[in-house]
Amino acid sequence: MAWLSKSLNSSLGKKLLMAITGLFLVSFLVVHCGLNATVFFNDGGETFNKGAEFMAKNPFIRTMEIVLFGGLLLHILDGLRLWIDNKKKRPVAYAVVDGAANSKWYSRSMGLLGTLLLLFIIIHLKHFWYFSRLTDNLTEEHTLFHEMQAIFASPVVVVIYVLGCISLAYHLLHGFQSAFQTLGWNHPKYTPTIKCIGAAYSIIISIIFAAMPIAFHLNLIH
Amino acid sequence: MEGNLNLTLKIWRQKNAQTAGKFETYQVSGISEDMSFLEMIDVLNNRLIEEGDDPVAFDHDCREGICGMCSMYINGRPHGPNKGVTTCQLHMRSFQDGQTITIEPWRAEAFPVIKDLVVNRSAFDRIIAAGGFISVNTGNAQDANSLPIPKDHADDAFAAAACIGCGACVAACKNASAMLFTSAKISQLALLPQGQAERAKRAEAMVAQMDEEGFGACSNTGACEAECPKGISLENIARMNREYFSAVFTSK
Repeated sequence: MAWLSKSLNSSLGKKLLMAITGLFLVSFLVVHCGLNATVFFNDGGETFNKGAEFMAKNPFIRTMEIVLFGGLLLHILDGLRLWIDNKKKRPVAYAVVDGAANSKWYSRSMGLLGTLLLLFIIIHLKHFWYFSRLTDNLTEEHTLFHEMQAIFASPVVVVIYVLGCISLAYHLLHGFQSAFQTLGWNHPKYTPTIKCIGAAYSIIISIIFAAMPIAFHLNLIH
Repeated sequence: MEGNLNLTLKIWRQKNAQTAGKFETYQVSGISEDMSFLEMIDVLNNRLIEEGDDPVAFDHDCREGICGMCSMYINGRPHGPNKGVTTCQLHMRSFQDGQTITIEPWRAEAFPVIKDLVVNRSAFDRIIAAGGFISVNTGNAQDANSLPIPKDHADDAFAAAACIGCGACVAACKNASAMLFTSAKISQLALLPQGQAERAKRAEAMVAQMDEEGFGACSNTGACEAECPKGISLENIARMNREYFSAVFTSK
């Protein structure tokens, strides 16, 4: 297996790992967003709570939760490794750099956007994952839906969540299509479609996520 | 060739790889807008020589945009502000009277400065030597038409082969990555029947050499493609990824 670890440690291998874990996280977001969007049914969180309970009890989902944390950790560590490695490749910096002339700012700032996202994820996990999985505070009278109402009552939390969603949108805007390029999928037949789906996905998913704390805060969801 | 452009030049001066460099500021006047950028530096150098100073060292050879020797990172961009040109094909009409122009060498761990604006790009040669070749029989060349090549493959191979190895991709990349260069060199051979014998070994060997030389990884920002004077496409990097991983999983 030396051949595999050698190639995964090459510059191309590190990128492959980044792309595969990234697309895995992209697929997770679809499930996460779809389930949470049921709060917009305005049924007092009935559908949402049912879904949350299913996610908490189903053995397959619980296993995937471990895989998800593994994937997230790999994505973070590999990203950190790439960032450290790449920094060393230009020991003397340019005095003048006109980056905007040849690339998008968010494509050059994936490390920064990823760090902001990580900070957001830590706060987010503390708010809901820790609460629902590691404490006994979840009862029939105080469901996850009620906890969302309580958390999003704070305007500071809402601002943090909206900023998190903006970071997510830009991270995905580059990451989605970039992952396919790394996997070698670049062809005049389907690359325009990938880029189009990537942009739509990044913007729509971030808007739906951002709408939740805002709607809760404004009491639009009961 | 007298003109009416008066410019302030901030040029990186560095004696050799061992000493630290710094910017020096020079004023040049009466520059014609029909001069190429290199001719403008020639004017400055003539004056420096007359004044008994050390002229600015810079790379140049053909001065017609096909050899890839001229480099220079001008006002934050490799080969200056125009698209699809090398520095020798950049003309002073692209600048305004009174403008300050900052000129730096390519900055990369794998491209050490030799002097002033001249960097050592032999890392590229070693990447080519690692696998950028084909085996051919000695004797007469066979009839060209005996090897059928699909038109689109020939076109893509030709487009990749347009790479002149100038290093603008490395200079433009925030990671000083040489993926556009290496992928063009892999592609031009992988696409043609003559390149099939060494195909898998080539991809593995050239990528390994690229990493060995100290170039960075790819962030897919597309800066290399945007700054490439020969318009080498990012499709080549995707092809290199395919070539490399299919080689990794199938080679013995």
